[in-house]
Amino acid sequence: MAVDWVEYVIGHLNYWLFTTLMMTGLYIVVAKGNFVKKIIGLNIFQTSVFMLYISMGKVTGGTAPIFPLDMNIDPNVVYSNPLPHVLILTAIVVGIATTSLGLALIVRIREEFGTIEEEDILLIETAMSAEETRLHGGTMGGRA
Amino acid sequence: MATETLAGAAQDAGHQAAAHVALGLVDQLPLLLVLAPFCAAPLIVLIGVRRLSWALAYGAVTASFVMSIFVLMRVIGGDVISYHLGGWAPPLGIEYRVDSANAFVLFLVTGIATVVMPYARVSILAEMGERHLTLFYACFLLCFTGLLGVAITGDAFNVFVFLEVSSLSTYVLIAAGAERDRRALTAAYDYLIMGTIGATFFVIGLGLLYMATGTLNMADIADRIADQTGNRTVRAAFAFIVVGIGLKAAIYPLHLWLPNAYTYAPSAVTVFLAATATKVAIYVLMRFMFSVFQPEYLFEVKTLEFIILPLAILAMFAASLIAVFQTDLKRLLAYSSLAQIGYMLLGIGLLSETGLTAAIAHLFNHGITKAALFMGVGALVLRYGNSFCDRIAGAGKTMPWTSAAMVIGGLSLIGVPGTAGFVSKWVLVQAALEAGWWPLAILIVFSSLLAVIYVWKMVEALYLSQPAEDIVVHEAPMAMLVPLWIMAGACIWFGLDTDLTLGASISAAKGLIEGSAGMADVAGLVVR
Repeated sequence: MAVDWVEYVIGHLNYWLFTTLMMTGLYIVVAKGNFVKKIIGLNIFQTSVFMLYISMGKVTGGTAPIFPLDMNIDPNVVYSNPLPHVLILTAIVVGIATTSLGLALIVRIREEFGTIEEEDILLIETAMSAEETRLHGGTMGGRA
Repeated sequence: MATETLAGAAQDAGHQAAAHVALGLVDQLPLLLVLAPFCAAPLIVLIGVRRLSWALAYGAVTASFVMSIFVLMRVIGGDVISYHLGGWAPPLGIEYRVDSANAFVLFLVTGIATVVMPYARVSILAEMGERHLTLFYACFLLCFTGLLGVAITGDAFNVFVFLEVSSLSTYVLIAAGAERDRRALTAAYDYLIMGTIGATFFVIGLGLLYMATGTLNMADIADRIADQTGNRTVRAAFAFIVVGIGLKAAIYPLHLWLPNAYTYAPSAVTVFLAATATKVAIYVLMRFMFSVFQPEYLFEVKTLEFIILPLAILAMFAASLIAVFQTDLKRLLAYSSLAQIGYMLLGIGLLSETGLTAAIAHLFNHGITKAALFMGVGALVLRYGNSFCDRIAGAGKTMPWTSAAMVIGGLSLIGVPGTAGFVSKWVLVQAALEAGWWPLAILIVFSSLLAVIYVWKMVEALYLSQPAEDIVVHEAPMAMLVPLWIMAGACIWFGLDTDLTLGASISAAKGLIEGSAGMADVAGLVVR
């Protein structure tokens, strides 16, 4: 019984790691107030998906999917599946683009708001909308 | 490159698929449609002349529009175009597959973009200044390309790639509103976080699907998971994909990015996004629910009945109620968008051909309606500086043409007979009655009454309030009025002449509801 359980955990090790990383990343995105930390969490979250895909392409006993130069492919050799790796190359590029765009936005936010802490920015924005309410009336035409 | 026309029903598709059609320019349209804006975007940055940037962008968008009309004409009768990129046959190669459903979405996206461009030239110049014009139009074109690509592709991973192309540029476009209000930056940042989470969920779903099937071609996936109804990997994939795309489509509890993004983005960007971006996401949702996964799956039926339907109704009421209490017209309309997305989801959730017809028709009709309304708001912002109800009071006198067009848009939003909004809501009510769920029909009518309240609020501000005395304004410039009236005219035109909208919607709904079987057959034939 206990052996089954251990086998189950070890046999799905990549999925456990994937789930752990994914949850770690999501937790950071949700729980941290610092904008840069959120981006780091997002990165961890995305990396977990890279792991899922890359482990997906692994064929047990398979070698790297590189054909010999003379193209004499030995039918006994088992190759891993390269397609998930290629796909995830695209996803990595997307991840880098997202990260850099996020960081660029943070630079601009810091310029405009003077802070990159969510709580402080929320305070500033609340003050801004309170000012708008004062100028233009709140809900119910300013009478409520 | 090889293009194969697959005529109508799958049985005679076989004969045509085998015969390679001569490679005229017309056969390359599905690719050129996406390629035109995609190539124009870097060109604009490389040339770097501000005046030229708009002209180039407009040229590319118009070219796409013309091509999408051709494509739509070809497939509206129920045909399917299967375009093989680089001549590599699917499922190994990437396939662009156009049927009535996505041809109609392409038509909406390109059409809206073509009308928005002349509007954007004036509006963007006023709201953003001249400094980053070239980069702005490059981003606009990339966003446009991404939306087209998402709609046209038949390859599941390609959907993700194009989704990110459009999302990344959308974040930039929204942040461009920072010249007017710095909150645009945090709105863009929030959207970036949520959008990335959504897109990543979508990739996880695709990964699980790939594990279960070993293919990425949508038709091929549909074929191979047809007998895997009990497979938990497939179920998990379905959940991840629905939540991921749900974030993009702003399904009610996943909508938090939307109100701020729409409110603080430049007006022209809001028009474009409100009319196209969420609609394309809804289309992807339909494509995956009906063409890739089978509606016969118990888990899918349960999802639709117990999750999508209640959320749709919640969206219809909660978002409308919030909209009633807004003082900023732009934000009011953003919340009303959320409510309208509820109608589309309701159509999907009814899981019938009539329901899907309603969803697709509403997708189009709401697109043009919201475009008209947001264009009107953009014109008001241009003249009054912002769009708060008390600020624009009395605009009916100072800007009569803008206000009149907005009222037409408002009527269409409510669903008054004779406008586009009525047609799709009517079909939706029919679908609810057809399913035997008459309380739903009553709920649809009641939520439309909520729309009356917030549209009346707009009318009251425009026509029945005394203008503030210190403000002197005049009518919006022609470059903005003409697109506004084209959209307002479209609201009425498609309310009276429903041949195109309902015709395409019915054909698209047919394709989608039979989709899984039809797509699988065709895919089997393409492989040879």
